Amino acid sequence: MTACRPAEPEPASKGIALMKYVVLGAGPAGVTAAETLRSVDPNASITLIGGEPEPPYSRMALPYLIYGKIGEDGTQLRQDPGHYDQQRIRYIMGRCGGIDSRSKQLFLSTGETLPYDKLLIATGASPIRPPIPGSNLEGVENCWTLEDARNILKYADKGSPVVLVGAGFIGSIILEALYLRGCKITVVEVAPRMVARMMDETAGGMLGRWCEAKGVQVLTNTRVTGIAKGAEGGARLSVRFSNGLSEPADLAVLAVGVRSNTGFLVGSGVAVNTGIVVDEYLQTTAKDIYAAGDCCEGIDLSTGKPDMLAIQPVAVEHGRIAALNMAGRKHRHRGSLNMNVLDTMGLISSSFGLWQGAQVGETGKLIDEHAFKYMKLEFEGDKLVGAQCVGMTDHVGMLRGLIQTGFHMGEWKDKLLAAPERLREAYVSVSQRAPTTGPTAPHVKTPVVEVSHAGASGH
Amino acid sequence: MLKALVIDAGNCTGCKQCEMACSLENEGEFNAAKSRIRVFDFHTEARFVPYTCTQCDEAWCQQACPVNAITTDSLGVKVVHDNLCVGCKVCTIACPFGTVNYNASTGKVIKCDLCGGKPACADACPTGAITYQDVEQGGFDKMKVWATQSANAATYDGPNVPKGSQASGTGH
Ligand SMILES: Cc1cc2nc3c(=O)[nH]c(=O)nc-3n(C[C@H](O)[C@H](O)[C@H](O)COP(=O)(O)OP(=O)(O)OC[C@H]3O[C@@H](n4cnc5c(N)ncnc54)[C@H](O)[C@@H]3O)c2cc1C
Ligand code: SF4
Ligand code: SF4
Repeated sequence: MTACRPAEPEPASKGIALMKYVVLGAGPAGVTAAETLRSVDPNASITLIGGEPEPPYSRMALPYLIYGKIGEDGTQLRQDPGHYDQQRIRYIMGRCGGIDSRSKQLFLSTGETLPYDKLLIATGASPIRPPIPGSNLEGVENCWTLEDARNILKYADKGSPVVLVGAGFIGSIILEALYLRGCKITVVEVAPRMVARMMDETAGGMLGRWCEAKGVQVLTNTRVTGIAKGAEGGARLSVRFSNGLSEPADLAVLAVGVRSNTGFLVGSGVAVNTGIVVDEYLQTTAKDIYAAGDCCEGIDLSTGKPDMLAIQPVAVEHGRIAALNMAGRKHRHRGSLNMNVLDTMGLISSSFGLWQGAQVGETGKLIDEHAFKYMKLEFEGDKLVGAQCVGMTDHVGMLRGLIQTGFHMGEWKDKLLAAPERLREAYVSVSQRAPTTGPTAPHVKTPVVEVSHAGASGH
Repeated sequence: MLKALVIDAGNCTGCKQCEMACSLENEGEFNAAKSRIRVFDFHTEARFVPYTCTQCDEAWCQQACPVNAITTDSLGVKVVHDNLCVGCKVCTIACPFGTVNYNASTGKVIKCDLCGGKPACADACPTGAITYQDVEQGGFDKMKVWATQSANAATYDGPNVPKGSQASGTGH
């Protein structure tokens, strides 16, 4: 790998040669990176390329567009229309068809060739189209782009029958949006439970029961075997299942997983595994090319191994760190914490880190099936390494704090194993020392800790 | 002049006036469950710790928000804009201090915004455990000590350090 080679000799012209940064992809990773580059390099030329004919927007906001909580404007990553001009970030649209990492240029579908000094690839991922007969029919949609969301709005109205294929994390988010839009939903999932890759049987089972109580038909252990045009005068489609039954649908939404967008990298010298391979500085195997977000395999904090986590906070984290490294401010990425929060028609669940448990560890559980409440804490030694919650939202961020920090829980470990609901007390207790002044302070004063402020401020 | 909430847990008697004042000021009702400041009660130690957002410089909640609904005002305070918030709750799992929370009755999140510069909790606190002080008057250092004890969340011997913050961990 060619990390950290001295910079090429600058052209000896008068003044300073301006750095040319190109950021490919205008999702959260790309936009954050472009802004970070601007904040550390006031003079550089920064070009941000979006692959869709839209202002930079957030895929995460699409469900809220679908049920009318926001309009299209509300999906934008930055609200001020003049934001990119003001930051002197040139925002252009075009699909990248290839990269020449030797001559350091990038080719766009528009015919434009862009030279770069440093390039960030932040092209995200695309939904997998399962090989289901009829999946190219009108009314069979993904829910991934703004265009997809517009189609969903077109095909499904209040009362429309809809089949949702996939009840993973993203599928379940779409489920809620379709429900709040007033659609009549059947959700089909190959796995034995909902959100199988985010939560365990107990939690997945609770979600399933909750959905059924809300009038959603949940078919687990079931595949879609084919989609056909519906009968004349009836619903647009007819969706067949592996259990032999079929359902009419005006809309079928496919949410069966995503794959990193890396097709244009063939022959570029940028190595790709399931996502773009990056080192701990988010640099790819090609010189001066970095990658961030859903398109790459960054380090998973919990395992220390590369993995595609495909969540918004990770995309932003990658974007910032990659940009700092591109600008020559070495910043090692120690890994991102996998975490999700999900609202399923009012039942809120979350999972963090090694929610499946450590290889050798201990588990504290609190289950109230009746009240739809569940909390499970996973320990390795006396550190919290993973957690799942259903039906509790108060201060859940503390779980991230404890896991990410790796606090030694000490005596609190046993207390939490016995009573996970004491989490907040435990958090405050291990993260805050006892008071050093006032009536409840110790009578012999303990020395005050020196706190270094160096580097604690923002850029 | 920058001001900050300074919390001296040692003076807290657990009366929870701050929670009531906060809920009334921000939600128009006496409902401790909707207070942005919480007093944690350690029964066995007869110890109380008021706890709220420390308005991080580089705020995790703000960076995680998909629609830029959390912005920084002129006082450095991180403010949630209800008109932009979609209620996705990502900020609630991103804040490692757990101080931004979902409010099911509005479908949005709530966090301390220092009441726009007149924090009701500090006014309500009868013992001076919560005060609102000029940063320059030394209070801020205390605040930082308090904050970094949990901001260790970022720096202790844990595996991750957020960008920028390198304050040394204090251990226990
Ligand atoms: C419906 C839905 C709900 C979600 N909900 C959540 C949630 O609740 N929590 C969460 O954490 N995450 C959620 N996610 C996932 C989250 O949106 C992604 O992890 C995040 O968008 C990744 O950001 P990114 O910048 O890496 O990629 P993207 O946001 O996918 O952006 C990629 C950019 O690259 C462009 N591009 C792609 N290929 C090319 C090319 N060849 N040439 C030029 N440009 C190209 C695209 O047009 C786009 O601008 C959700 C996703 C969806 C679809
Ligand atoms: S809510 Fe949390 S992340 Fe946001 S500013 Fe407050 S303490 Fe920091
Ligand atoms: S809940 Fe609101 S403020 Fe929090 S991340 Fe989502 S949109 Fe932003």
